[in-house]
Amino acid sequence: MTDMRDEPLVLGIETSCDETGVGIVRGTTLLADAVASSVDEHARFGGVVPEVASRAHLEAMVPTIERALKQAGVSAKDLDGIAVTAGPGLAGALLVGVSAAKAYAYALGKPLYGVNHLASHICVDQLEHGPLPEPTMALLVSGGHSSLLLSADITSDVRPMGATIDDAAGEAFDKIARVLNLGFPGGPVIDRYAREGDPEAINFPRGLTGPRDPAYDFSFSGLKTAVARWIEAKRAAGEEVPVRDVAASFQEAVVDVLTRKAVRACRDEGVDHLMIGGGVAANSRLRALAQERCEAAGIRLRVPRPKLCTDNGAMVAALGAEMIRRGRPASGWDLSADSSLPVTQTHVPGDGHDHVHELSKENLYS
Amino acid sequence: MLLLALDTATPAITVALHDGTAVIASSTQVDARRHGELLLPAVDRLLAEAGLGLDAVTGIVAGIGPGPYTGLRVGLMTADTFGLALGVPVYGVCTLDGLAYATDIDGPFVVATDARRKEVYWARYADSRTRVTGPSVDRPADIADEVAGLPAVGAGALLYPDTFPQAHEPQHVSAAALASLAAERLAAGEELPAPRPLYLRRPDAQVPKSYKVVTPK
Ligand SMILES: [Zn+2]
Repeated sequence: MTDMRDEPLVLGIETSCDETGVGIVRGTTLLADAVASSVDEHARFGGVVPEVASRAHLEAMVPTIERALKQAGVSAKDLDGIAVTAGPGLAGALLVGVSAAKAYAYALGKPLYGVNHLASHICVDQLEHGPLPEPTMALLVSGGHSSLLLSADITSDVRPMGATIDDAAGEAFDKIARVLNLGFPGGPVIDRYAREGDPEAINFPRGLTGPRDPAYDFSFSGLKTAVARWIEAKRAAGEEVPVRDVAASFQEAVVDVLTRKAVRACRDEGVDHLMIGGGVAANSRLRALAQERCEAAGIRLRVPRPKLCTDNGAMVAALGAEMIRRGRPASGWDLSADSSLPVTQTHVPGDGHDHVHELSKENLYS
Repeated sequence: MLLLALDTATPAITVALHDGTAVIASSTQVDARRHGELLLPAVDRLLAEAGLGLDAVTGIVAGIGPGPYTGLRVGLMTADTFGLALGVPVYGVCTLDGLAYATDIDGPFVVATDARRKEVYWARYADSRTRVTGPSVDRPADIADEVAGLPAVGAGALLYPDTFPQAHEPQHVSAAALASLAAERLAAGEELPAPRPLYLRRPDAQVPKSYKVVTPK
């Protein structure tokens, strides 16, 4: 076993959506996971308002960094690097985190790693279940993502297998919760109602599951409309809407497609590990059905605890630590936020002639 | 005393070092879309030019706007985080005050910067150190009476000659002026505002259709 002190100590910053996350890890060990969320401020709008999120990130950043350092019981000067989500995400929100990370790394004389948000969602599982098997199939589902990714090396090789062609799975949960007047965000509340409902009560459509449809892509827009129409028809007829059965049947349609396609991708690619991440991974039915289907197919399922599935800084730190461990190049001080950073770009290395890191180190703590 | 001043509330990415007596180095680049990329390298070059490390800095001065939000936050987040890492105070200065300080107008005048959406951020000054009203955000035509007959500086004034017929340079704030103003006020024992942004508008409460970014295809 390696001496834990040899593992890189990394602070990670995440601001791609509405969570200001700052996490600290040592290698694959979680030391701190501080999150400040602006979700309540968005609730009355029924979705994340970018400007509200950006404003909240600016106010929350310094206190959240302080909280993470305290939680981890480490001093900033002992850090081996600063990692930050460079994209994809909301442009203005990302830029707040990138600005903070650059200033922090520069002031401390530490290397900076701009990393991919989606790769971070996968890498976070190292904090829960140890080093990622290579290759790993990953199903990422949240309000922003619905993708199937195959990773042979989380620092350099992440390939998209499939993705949603319209809405993200989490968006569908939010929309249906709104139609049912259950509030925002929709995921947890639908899950709760669904537990007391019959998942087979209503047969909602399974998008993109026909024989000629793309095998690994998703579509939730049609389902969303079908459920909304079904509810409106009930209301128009003056009948009571069976909220629990609707929630259960809708949720079943979503998780059925997600798990079916994920397991199929594993089989087709000969991959024996599936990880599920993103906020929707907290859904109890998704976890249960994935477990059942993976077991039947001889696939090992890895799902981190819910707090690590939603957006957080620890996942960014986890990927940053892996970048350092594998000797990947640091980012430059001109690192920018890229709202549509491709999933294949696991990190954003500098141009290679970055004398700046040397300079700052020399000037600061020589 | 060594102050590092920075401002990203106008199209300028501007940084300066002030030793309590004078500005010892400064730089300004204009690129309204690349504040995020350009600020840190600008700070790094500035320090290198002065032969100093960031740890020599004893205080940070940040322009708090008003200004377009995304750019404004780059400077303020950078200032906040420098303050945290170095354990030094961060002082706020109204960006329009910095612009006013850089003028040599004798008598009352107006500072106006571009607030986009056909509006300006503006304030009225009795002299280059004394703000009498504002900052506010308005459509130029709506404030024509209030600014009539006054000289004006700033890109917002130059953009709307009907409202500001006597508009002239400077267009953007310089961190050198911001630093000098802050040094002067600190020396006089004045308290400077906290480095919190002057947005002057509520956030647009619009949820985009696809409100989170979907995985690129
Ligand atoms: Zn995410």
